[in-house]
Amino acid sequence: MERMPKWADVILVPLVSLILAAIISALVILAIGENPWAALKLMVSGALGSSYGWGYTLYYATNFIFTGLAVAIAFHARMFNIGGEGQAILGGLGVAIVCLYIPWPHWTLAILGATAGAALFGAAWAVIPAFLQAKRGSHIVITTIMFNFMAAALLNYLLVNQLKAPGMEPATSKFPEATNLPSFQDMFSFGETTLFRGTPANVAFFVAVLACIAIWVLIWKTRLGYEIRAFGHSESAAKYAGISPTKIIMVSMIISGGLAGMMAVNNVMGEAERLVLNAVEGAGFIGIAVALMGRSHPFGVFLAAILFGFLYQGGAELALWTSIPREMIVVIQALVIMFTGALDQMVRAPLEKVFIAFNKPQPEPQAKPQAKMGG
Amino acid sequence: MDLLFNIQVWDSTIRLATPLLLACLAGLFSERSGIFDIGLEGKMLAAAFLSAAVAYTSGNAWIGLLAGIGASMALAALHGMASITFRGNQLISGVAINFLAAGLTVVVAQSWFSQGGRTPQLAGGARFEPIELPFAAALADVPMVGPVYADLISGQTILVYIALLCVPATWWLLYRTRFGLRLRAVGENPAAVDTAGVSVVGLRYAAVMICGVLCGIAGAYLATALQAGFTKDMTAGRGYIALAALIFAKWRPWYALSATILFGYLQAIALRPDLIEKTFGFDIQGQLLDALPFIMTVVILAGFVGKAIPPRAGGEPYVKER
Repeated sequence: MERMPKWADVILVPLVSLILAAIISALVILAIGENPWAALKLMVSGALGSSYGWGYTLYYATNFIFTGLAVAIAFHARMFNIGGEGQAILGGLGVAIVCLYIPWPHWTLAILGATAGAALFGAAWAVIPAFLQAKRGSHIVITTIMFNFMAAALLNYLLVNQLKAPGMEPATSKFPEATNLPSFQDMFSFGETTLFRGTPANVAFFVAVLACIAIWVLIWKTRLGYEIRAFGHSESAAKYAGISPTKIIMVSMIISGGLAGMMAVNNVMGEAERLVLNAVEGAGFIGIAVALMGRSHPFGVFLAAILFGFLYQGGAELALWTSIPREMIVVIQALVIMFTGALDQMVRAPLEKVFIAFNKPQPEPQAKPQAKMGG
Repeated sequence: MDLLFNIQVWDSTIRLATPLLLACLAGLFSERSGIFDIGLEGKMLAAAFLSAAVAYTSGNAWIGLLAGIGASMALAALHGMASITFRGNQLISGVAINFLAAGLTVVVAQSWFSQGGRTPQLAGGARFEPIELPFAAALADVPMVGPVYADLISGQTILVYIALLCVPATWWLLYRTRFGLRLRAVGENPAAVDTAGVSVVGLRYAAVMICGVLCGIAGAYLATALQAGFTKDMTAGRGYIALAALIFAKWRPWYALSATILFGYLQAIALRPDLIEKTFGFDIQGQLLDALPFIMTVVILAGFVGKAIPPRAGGEPYVKER
């Protein structure tokens, strides 16, 4: 069967999807009486035009790398983990407990402990749906949705009871000084020049980059990764090859939940330095868009996360300077999910036709002279 | 026992169960035809916004209702296009629709009314008013039956009665008509329906559009009857609770009624911590009540108490020939 070259599948299809999403977003902006071109320029200058903008863009991107990788690894096992939101909430809980109840001498040790705590709690929230999927056949999408709501209720409960700091606000007390992570401002300001001033980007970004590399190695360079991909391609073939479905479902969901939970190192430990309600702010769901856009490849996820970081920071700038509300980003995000995920076939089929049309001439030379003779 | 015999609690149960019931029946049609729909939330939200906006502009709740149904059906058509025509992933399409509605409602509301993503308060004819059933005032003094009739059965908005009528209507449509038989069959074994010469695509589109209508009524009820106007994210997870109720009800209409009343009751008692305290002698955390529908659904899904088996062809796009 004729197919598109790999580069078209990996780059062209997402790009066309993105352009379609951008066109519709532009129409929406036009419809509410704003200028889409001016909006785009404002977004670019606000998110990428200064180290301040980059400080926010990379901060958001860090969140999305973690949640995007979480969705991506589950996709490789052909599972749709829609529970990144809940797993990230639990990750925040893990970080808070580690930071508040263990006296850390230095942030370098604290970040290790917090990462472990976040991953453990996130994984724990994914393991029950995984078990129910593997052993009882309960649909993972439905159970993870339910677990999102349970996580929100649980955090809500803990923040007004056990973990609450004195005062009115449902939040924990500030984490101790020794657990505060160095921000980009601390790391990249030399002498007179202060870069990234006052931005939340912090050392967790590098943890996210490491996670990308680790997941790449896991998926393409290890036996387990091979098994996960084999299972994702064909469950029956994988079973026949002696791969245990239970093991793959459990392991991939544990990794997925752990990654989603690790997001908390960035937003809870790195930025807020305490646990507040609704700290995740939908990043778990953006992971879906990021994984789809990045074609479930860690490098693709990295790029897509930066793109969404840009959209988030740019969107905040729009809300600040124009009458376009922040929710415009949610519209863009929805369109990206729609085009790259659900309407993939609509984008792909015409492109495939174009490529087939261009590839056709090769087998034809023998047939041509005959046709001429006949004519 | 205060919780069980309190008319006010049951009154709010009915009012809170109504949007759940409508959305649950909506999901029932879609999922029975083999199209998973986690976009109930988004369709309700879009309908809530447009119904409130149009009701405010026109001053007529009925025109608002129609507009709400229109908004919901537009999203349903999008879902149908993605999952039936282009055979895309139905779950991802549902997620996208939820976000689309969450974003667009606020963006449009802000540019239309400039009130921070909400519509102005609705009043008068722009809202559905409670309907006084005959003899309600006369019977109110009869012990036991009187207050139940006067406060509970009478005095609801028309949409509540419509929602309740939808239950037998759905049952009749699904189990007593040819359309219903085919609809159920297409969710179990679309190839067989196709072999019989009935259009799988047509049936599924019909089911998805009925789902759109019902979600539209549910959303309009939220904004023009239960509350007076649209506020950002006003569905507050009701679409997902309806989804949970649908599983709880094992995709059957009468069970859907009892499941949504149960979940509505949980929402209603969460509003009355004083009564909970009085009944049980201790406080139950509101968060537990919020989470209870989801916990119960997971238990049902896990099959520890009466296993829930979804329609067999659910979530699978139908390919005529390979």
